[in-house]
Amino acid sequence: MSSNPKPKTIIEKIWDKHVVQAIDEETSVFYIDRHFIHEVTSPQAFTGLRNRGIKVARPHKTVATADHNIPTQDQHLTIHDELSRLQVNTLTKNCAENGIELYGLNHPYNGIVHVIGPELGITQPGMTIVCGDSHTSTHGAFGTIAFGIGTSEVEMVLASQCLILSKPKKMRINVEGKLGKGLKSKDIVLYIISQISASGATGYFVEFAGSAIRDLSMEARMTICNMSIEMGARGGLIAPDKTTFDYINGREMAPKGEEWEKALAYWKTLPSDSDAVFDKELHFDAGDIEPMITYGTNPGMGLGISKKIPSLDEVKPNAHPSFIKSLEYMGFAPGEPMLGKPVDYVFVGSCTNGRIEDLRAFAGFVMGKKKAENITAWIVPGSKQVEAQAKKEGLDAILREAGFELRQPGCSACLAMNEDKIPKGKYAVSTSNRNFEGRQGPGARTMLASPITAAAVAVTGRITDPRNFL
Amino acid sequence: MPIEKFVKLTSTCVPLPVENVDTDQIIPARFLKATTREGFGAKLFYDWRYNPGGSPREDFVLNNTRYSGSILVAGKNFGSGSSREHAAWAISDYGFRVVVSSFFADIFKSNALNNGLLPVQVSEDFLAQLFEVIEKDPHNTITVDLENQTISIDSLQRSESFEISAYKKSCMLNGYDDIDYLVSKVAEIEKWEKADSVDA
Ligand code: SF4
Repeated sequence: MSSNPKPKTIIEKIWDKHVVQAIDEETSVFYIDRHFIHEVTSPQAFTGLRNRGIKVARPHKTVATADHNIPTQDQHLTIHDELSRLQVNTLTKNCAENGIELYGLNHPYNGIVHVIGPELGITQPGMTIVCGDSHTSTHGAFGTIAFGIGTSEVEMVLASQCLILSKPKKMRINVEGKLGKGLKSKDIVLYIISQISASGATGYFVEFAGSAIRDLSMEARMTICNMSIEMGARGGLIAPDKTTFDYINGREMAPKGEEWEKALAYWKTLPSDSDAVFDKELHFDAGDIEPMITYGTNPGMGLGISKKIPSLDEVKPNAHPSFIKSLEYMGFAPGEPMLGKPVDYVFVGSCTNGRIEDLRAFAGFVMGKKKAENITAWIVPGSKQVEAQAKKEGLDAILREAGFELRQPGCSACLAMNEDKIPKGKYAVSTSNRNFEGRQGPGARTMLASPITAAAVAVTGRITDPRNFL
Repeated sequence: MPIEKFVKLTSTCVPLPVENVDTDQIIPARFLKATTREGFGAKLFYDWRYNPGGSPREDFVLNNTRYSGSILVAGKNFGSGSSREHAAWAISDYGFRVVVSSFFADIFKSNALNNGLLPVQVSEDFLAQLFEVIEKDPHNTITVDLENQTISIDSLQRSESFEISAYKKSCMLNGYDDIDYLVSKVAEIEKWEKADSVDA
């Protein structure tokens, strides 16, 4: 009998610490440390609880925000859209009735759920975090098991602080080497998805590792974990390190004093043991990556900006119908280059790229240049705090000077539930996470890219390699 | 709210041979503003089903009278994207009880199961044959037997087994839902929290 405990991955370490009770070999009652809710996917869960006559089990472990369908202009006025207003009011009422902290519209902490959790220090290593939103994977950047859930599961967590889950498979994606000039973590993640496809990690939790990942800031890491769902993963995470601890230290809800020391000691035990085994392991070289852009209608349909859209003989015959349908929607032809294609809209924002570093990158690029005539641009901070910080740094003035305007925070054109919709047939370069048909409005044509690439497009009016300017 | 029991079903199918059908297609975001669970069936696949003016698009399968039944057969990687349970609500509310594909996105799968909608994952080869058979004669039926975890193309007597977790299978067979189960565990959860939780 060996005396050494079995080596574990970070995923197993966190998972095992949250199993309350095994139901059978694969399924268990699983504990949730933090639960975020928003106006769109929670109302039916509260109704469910009411119908069952159950109270919220641990109100202080749930935090609420209004983000998905709020306007990004004139937020001090009532919400015009009747249904959006009803959803936001329902959230306010449900939170008040159940003693849940709400960072609602106009609260200084209001913002996109996956932006405010980290910036307030709510998100901490080793936690299990859920939200009725698939991009909950964002919080994995801190070394958490974080994933999106449906409304029935929101109801379960409200009712019991638990879910019934089956053990995930574990994958590690290693990215080694240095990123080239003008590249962002968005390019890394779009590259990985283009290589493994939009379903390449289905069924797995993914640990992102390697020198190119460790070199990234917390905000850049969040962009990667945010899009792990776009490769089909249940969630993605990055082992916590000094970058993580420095980011959390001193934030509003972060542990303080003795609590901090205790937490830190625990967090340091989380990284995967050196001999831990993953079900699947992939390796990429950061040096192979160029600025990425998508050309189709799922995030796996991406390529280096200087490349051409695949021709029909480069696509597997059984995938032809979907490929052709996708290109028809986009108004593109197989084999065409992406560079030079005209663009109508630029959207900078969302829980993928709506943080202060993203606004700095965009503003830094457009400083001293002018917005192209044909471009309508929406620059939307991810939270009130990001908005305040941008103004403090004078980014709003730089943007204004270049012909751009900073709007108020919210999900905005990421999913077009508010007024910010890309019109039918128009082309948008977007820093968000999904290029699905109609995602940014019925008939809208989305191309996903980094904030730097978006900036190059915004000043030239067409698909442009940002490296030309650097 | 208990879910509807599912034991065995024989039905004709509605084929949707498109890959990567994401939740934004199943139910576009602008229809998520409801605060109740009802009525989403009318919005299912809305932008594929209707012209911008609201008239039905004849080329879309739900508007084609050749096809009917309570089994939806879809291309690979069905239900990717958003966690919106509205996608599962819309499919159920429209009248489907089973979705067959060669691959499902994780969140969609659990949302479906939580609403008594059975996702049946089959091999690519089986799926291809299924599309062929339905195309040839839409009166062909398939049988989904949850107890034995098999799906059969009745006219060919070809069948395949599918996977489902033992726990979820018993929920579907008996019409239980997770919330009842979890609520029955409240005392144990509390005890665990006090003894083992790493979170304050
Ligand atoms: S910004 Fe987009 S992806 Fe992020 S939470 Fe909002 S709608 Fe979801």
